[in-house]
Amino acid sequence: MGLFSKEGTFKVLFFGFVMGVLFWGGFNTAMEATNQESFCISCHEMRDNVYEEYTETIHYSNRTGVRATCPDCHVPKEWVHKIIRKIKASNELYHKMLGTIDTREKFESKRLQLATNEWKRMLGTDSRECRNCHDFDSMDFDKQESRSSDRHEEAIDNGWTCIECHKGIAHQLPEGYDPADDTPALAENEDD
Amino acid sequence: MFKTVKISNSLSRKVISIFLIAMTAMVFSSAALSVQSLRGDSALDSDSNKIVKHRVNTVEGGIKRNFKLQPPMIPHTIDKYQITLKNNGCMKCHSEKAYKKEKAPKVGDSHYVDRDGKTLKQVSGRRYFCNQCHAPQTKDNPLVENTFEGI
Repeated sequence: MGLFSKEGTFKVLFFGFVMGVLFWGGFNTAMEATNQESFCISCHEMRDNVYEEYTETIHYSNRTGVRATCPDCHVPKEWVHKIIRKIKASNELYHKMLGTIDTREKFESKRLQLATNEWKRMLGTDSRECRNCHDFDSMDFDKQESRSSDRHEEAIDNGWTCIECHKGIAHQLPEGYDPADDTPALAENEDD
Repeated sequence: MFKTVKISNSLSRKVISIFLIAMTAMVFSSAALSVQSLRGDSALDSDSNKIVKHRVNTVEGGIKRNFKLQPPMIPHTIDKYQITLKNNGCMKCHSEKAYKKEKAPKVGDSHYVDRDGKTLKQVSGRRYFCNQCHAPQTKDNPLVENTFEGI
């Protein structure tokens, strides 16, 4: 009787609403917790390798004190893309357990593969995470050196994306990658 | 025999005492003159002198050589480029392959020759670390007067 009465329906709905809020809030809080830099560097693989290198770069320390933390570049902001990336990251937990990169030497020997993965991801999204902060429309080319502004204009005209030129800006470059071989203009030349 | 020893003894004592006095005088005077704290001449209870900032000079079109065979100076900042054992960031623009597109000066041909006179495809190991010879310049006045005229 109770459940199907008007009062009962209200109770069920209210219960469902409260549980929904709790679950959703809890889920988001937990996911946000994994989106903190402190979480990223709680593993020595990140702390001793990529984080250590990053502290030397302009994205960590600069004139204005604005920082880009690990998730700002490596986790998408939009919800759907974020969830997809988070699910893919479970593979990283698996390899953490396997100890795939638990020494500097192992990490260095894997670095080309790992970096290439991230470069591919950024290329595929038109450097979406870079563009959360760096926007061509807000760039003042007059304030850039001409070697920068010339290339940026070229990039806009040809539809190049940030990561095509700006590799190894926050971490060291992998062994086996030659900067001389890698400019978008060259790739275009070879097609000619 | 005994007498001469005694004379030389008193003489040597005199020499040693003079020497000691001279030494202490020297130590004290030199201490007063030459010992300087790394933080400069400022007193202990005051702030140290402000550090002079050196800003790297950006020169469009490059800096002219002062003499033949001078390694050209770098007319831009280089802090964002890495030169490690694995990669050389300068080569992104200055390599044989990229220089035309990047409108950058090409690495000299001599840089591809190793010590045995063989021409390599890559920059030779002995020329690999660019900033051993090439350096960016800051916008500072020369510390000492220099009358060198370019050749």
